[in-house]
Amino acid sequence: MFNFIVSNYNYWIYIVLMMIGFYAMIGKRNLVKKIIGMNLFQTAIILFFISTAAKKGGTLPIIEHGHGHGAHAIQAAAYINPLPHVLMLTAIVVMVSTLGVALAIVIAIYKRHHTLEENEILWQQK
Amino acid sequence: MIPQSPVLVVVIPLIFAFLTLLFGWFRRSFCYPITLVALSLSFFASLHTLHIVITTGTIHYYLGSWKPPWGIEYVVDYLNAFVLVIVSFVSLMVAIYSKRSVEQELPEKIVYFYCIFLLQVTGFLGIVITGDLFNLYVFLEIASLAGYALIAVGEDGAPFASFNYVIFGTIGACFYLLGVGYLYIVTGSLNIADLSQILPNLYHSKVVLVAFAFFLVGVSIKMALFPLHVWLPDAYTYAPSTVSALLAPLMTKVGAYVMIRVMFTVFKPYFSIELIPATTILGWMAAAAILFGAILALAQIDLKRMLTYILVSEVGYITLGVALANRNGLTGAILHILNDAFMMLALFLVVGAIMYRSGKREISQLRYLHRKMPFTMAVFVIAALSVIGIPPTCGFFSKWYLILGAIDANKWIFVAVLLVSSLLNVILFFRCIENAYLEPVAEHSSVGSELAITREESPLSMLIPTLIAGAGIMSFGVLSGKIISTIIQFALPAGF
Repeated sequence: MFNFIVSNYNYWIYIVLMMIGFYAMIGKRNLVKKIIGMNLFQTAIILFFISTAAKKGGTLPIIEHGHGHGAHAIQAAAYINPLPHVLMLTAIVVMVSTLGVALAIVIAIYKRHHTLEENEILWQQK
Repeated sequence: MIPQSPVLVVVIPLIFAFLTLLFGWFRRSFCYPITLVALSLSFFASLHTLHIVITTGTIHYYLGSWKPPWGIEYVVDYLNAFVLVIVSFVSLMVAIYSKRSVEQELPEKIVYFYCIFLLQVTGFLGIVITGDLFNLYVFLEIASLAGYALIAVGEDGAPFASFNYVIFGTIGACFYLLGVGYLYIVTGSLNIADLSQILPNLYHSKVVLVAFAFFLVGVSIKMALFPLHVWLPDAYTYAPSTVSALLAPLMTKVGAYVMIRVMFTVFKPYFSIELIPATTILGWMAAAAILFGAILALAQIDLKRMLTYILVSEVGYITLGVALANRNGLTGAILHILNDAFMMLALFLVVGAIMYRSGKREISQLRYLHRKMPFTMAVFVIAALSVIGIPPTCGFFSKWYLILGAIDANKWIFVAVLLVSSLLNVILFFRCIENAYLEPVAEHSSVGSELAITREESPLSMLIPTLIAGAGIMSFGVLSGKIISTIIQFALPAGF
């Protein structure tokens, strides 16, 4: 059991980070803390994807001498998987824009309610 | 020669979104015609796509000629093409309608509004057309981000409602992304067609089960299925009326489309129905959505808020059709995607028009509206009859298929739920119709009160889309047999 946890520690960290973020999104009352939780949640997913790409002893996925010299067989096992990295580049862009929109909305909320505490806003809306 | 229309459907609104920004700097009044041009072109492209699909079958469009599973591919079959036409048509109608309403509600933000409006439509169309799971995630986020921004510019409570939507929407999208990741670990592919071939050998793997669960929960949040609907009523109530009219008919329908895709194309029906009890759980959730949506709607005094709860209940209908998982049930679900898009379009357009003219939207304030806005209220009544499910309107036919499906599946309790919800809808809408059409006896006798009411029909640019939506509800009802025999029976996923 102990070995199982230690040998896959990256996945365990991803789960722990994600749950911390999840808790902050649901449980915290302050809107900025919620956004921090949201970021943590998304970053945990990046960690998960990047973990799946890693290989023991793998090297950068760049084939030496490029295009025309592809005659020799390529040992796929010697290279780490580039695709999850590419996916995460896109996901990072999405996450940055989500963060931007969320912060802009928080500014709008602050302008109207002059507070960032959820219960105070709900009290004002009554 | 490969037909180019599938890619044009998405690319046109995307490019025009940035053109609106560019031309908007010179003159604000350019934005509206540019948006109309973009959405009409996109609508014609999607009609052309549907035509090609009907004449020659499924279209595969390889972006940049990269062959799948490495490249991203657009796949258009009957189901896609059908939803594409609905999305592009509804958004065109809302765009026509938007002019006066946006000028009144958001006078300084017209340029940005139309830019984000077009991005929103791009997101919807992209979700529907793509044949790649990760690409779908990206489009899902484009649509959601645009939605957050559009909702946040609404009235007083809007930013806070939008913030809640951001939190929920992000959880939904991240769950979807995790599902994609888990499937990628076990299969090494992101292409939907490729996945559906590789997956059957792996159906007993726990990773696949987890992926499926993540997909379902993520999509359920995005389409606001009952226990996960909490973000929807606030967000759609406080949003500007044009935005509610765009998001309410489309976001939930696009979510329903993704659900059908994931359950019956990425995973085979055998997996979703027999191997795990997904359809049973979904069925009960859908039944709860139908009942609680209608019951919560009863408690509302604000007309727009009542409609948002009815929307929650309508999402339940579509999900119920999916969960019944037989031929009639799925036919009902897919037909309801069309019908409900038009019903919600009509209802939210009417509420927007009432808001535009009187600034009021509480049910008790609807009095004399049938004389002030006769055409608008006529459309409201048609849409109301359709939500209730009264024959010549289209709502009857999808409900009919849903009930047939429930009988086929031997789930009599769902039949009862469907009938009870019809009764609840009768109460809901007759409350509004009574307030609008029947005049109080006491005021009848007082002299002069009748003369005080002048006709204030909404402006033509708002009236025409509303009337088209109403005419659509009637004609889809009459033509529903034809729609099913030419499109929907081929749109059913393989195996039904």
